[in-house]
Amino acid sequence: MDLIVEVKRHAYDRLTVLEDVSLTVRGGEIVAVIGPSGCGKSTLLGIAGGILAPSAGSVRIEGAPPADCLNPLTYVFQDFALLPWRSVADNVAFPLEHHRLPRGERERRVMDALRRTGLADVAGVLPKQLSGGMRQRVGIARALVVRPAVLLMDEPLSALDAQTRELLIEDFLDLLLREQVAAIYVTHNFAEALRLADRIVVLSRRPGRIKDVVAIPLPQRERGAASAQAELAELGARLWSLIRDDASIAEREVADV
Amino acid sequence: MSEDVSAAMSPARGVAFRGGGFLPAPRPLYSWLAFPVLLTLWQAALSFGWVSPVFLPAPTDIAVALWRLTVSGALWQNLSVSLLRIGFGWIIGSALGFVAGLAMGLSSRGRAVGMPLVSALYPIPKIALLPLLILWLGIGEAPKIATIAAGVFFPTAIAAFSGVDAVPRSLIRMAQSFDLPMAAILRKVVLPAALPSILAGCRISVSTALLLVVSAEMIGAEFGLGAFLLAEGNLSRPDELMAGVVVVSLLGLGFGALIGLAEKALLTWR
Repeated sequence: MDLIVEVKRHAYDRLTVLEDVSLTVRGGEIVAVIGPSGCGKSTLLGIAGGILAPSAGSVRIEGAPPADCLNPLTYVFQDFALLPWRSVADNVAFPLEHHRLPRGERERRVMDALRRTGLADVAGVLPKQLSGGMRQRVGIARALVVRPAVLLMDEPLSALDAQTRELLIEDFLDLLLREQVAAIYVTHNFAEALRLADRIVVLSRRPGRIKDVVAIPLPQRERGAASAQAELAELGARLWSLIRDDASIAEREVADV
Repeated sequence: MSEDVSAAMSPARGVAFRGGGFLPAPRPLYSWLAFPVLLTLWQAALSFGWVSPVFLPAPTDIAVALWRLTVSGALWQNLSVSLLRIGFGWIIGSALGFVAGLAMGLSSRGRAVGMPLVSALYPIPKIALLPLLILWLGIGEAPKIATIAAGVFFPTAIAAFSGVDAVPRSLIRMAQSFDLPMAAILRKVVLPAALPSILAGCRISVSTALLLVVSAEMIGAEFGLGAFLLAEGNLSRPDELMAGVVVVSLLGLGFGALIGLAEKALLTWR
């Protein structure tokens, strides 16, 4: 299943935040979106998942989602968006409750998602009892339980400390590759984008336009190796050169507000 | 080099701790002692003749009066009437306030219409409406219940609105991203998230109901705690009057404890 996002323009009142952004995500592909603050990355993700309606443009799905998919376009949120009054298992079961699934099927899906994200032992605890990293695992499990075709990830690691981010990014990668789920991964962090993505879409400062698309030829599994670091560093430098001037101007714009 | 020299010449000093205070700590003993100490001082003031019992009866006299009123049935006769009025007024006011607060929290139109009205009408002392309500609804229970309902309506509406307004947008977006219908989002996300604020509103509204029932019964009622207090004052029976005041205070404590229990049962996740 391919996701095709074509935003001719998107504005909040008179403020245009996105202009002429076309993005196609093919089945199983991981696309990172980076850009300076306020360039419309999260807006683009909102439009891609149908949470925001573009001022002008369209979003389409081509091809069929997986057979057991209940929600083709599924978000993973920066602040986890867990229901604090529900246990881990109940949070994961939440998206299934309005689907007419047999009870056994529902429980099987929840247990499967918990197991795949390493949460089976904490199924009964409340989110407040978990660390940030574990809470984001719950967010991932809740996304996986509907067997999505595309994960829409809005800076999913930015609320976590550096060590937890390192641990979780490896798990993300394992999950995405194993499940063959496509993803749009919005981030400020070059290292995350370089670790996970097949392609990195670089947006300009507001109004966000696609400035460049950087393909990463190395397979994700090999990017942790020492031999890959020089190439990744070179790509990182290229990304920074693409973004530096815009980021500097955008930072001053934000400070002026 | 010069830094080393000056360091060597200055005597070593400890860094004084300056981070104390401003940290509330539980002191249960103080809470338990506060009432007995106050009552002892009060009793001593009467026993030693520092205060005349005509103006302030002794705690023991109030306890005796309370017992007398309980045994005679006068207390229950008045208390039961007040409880009924509070019950009806609180339920009606809370239900209407909850619906209004929800409408303001969920609908832009509801907010545009409701907020100015609530802001304009909330500060009006509701007891001032009682004569008007008597004119509209006649003499009887209805105007008293309506006064209480009016008093309960506003804190409930404001609490429900604030609770709904404060629901994290990301929770609603999350539910929408899974295609949950509006009713399910309301039931499974908005209401549970707004519950702490709604219960905080209940805490205020039960106190308001208690204040208003006493006030309304003082203005026009044959029975009820307010009527009882007024009658005992007119008859210059300060011990029975104070017994009535104690009952009102205990009622307030009881209502507060009930809300506390509800919070404990429903908000374990906080």
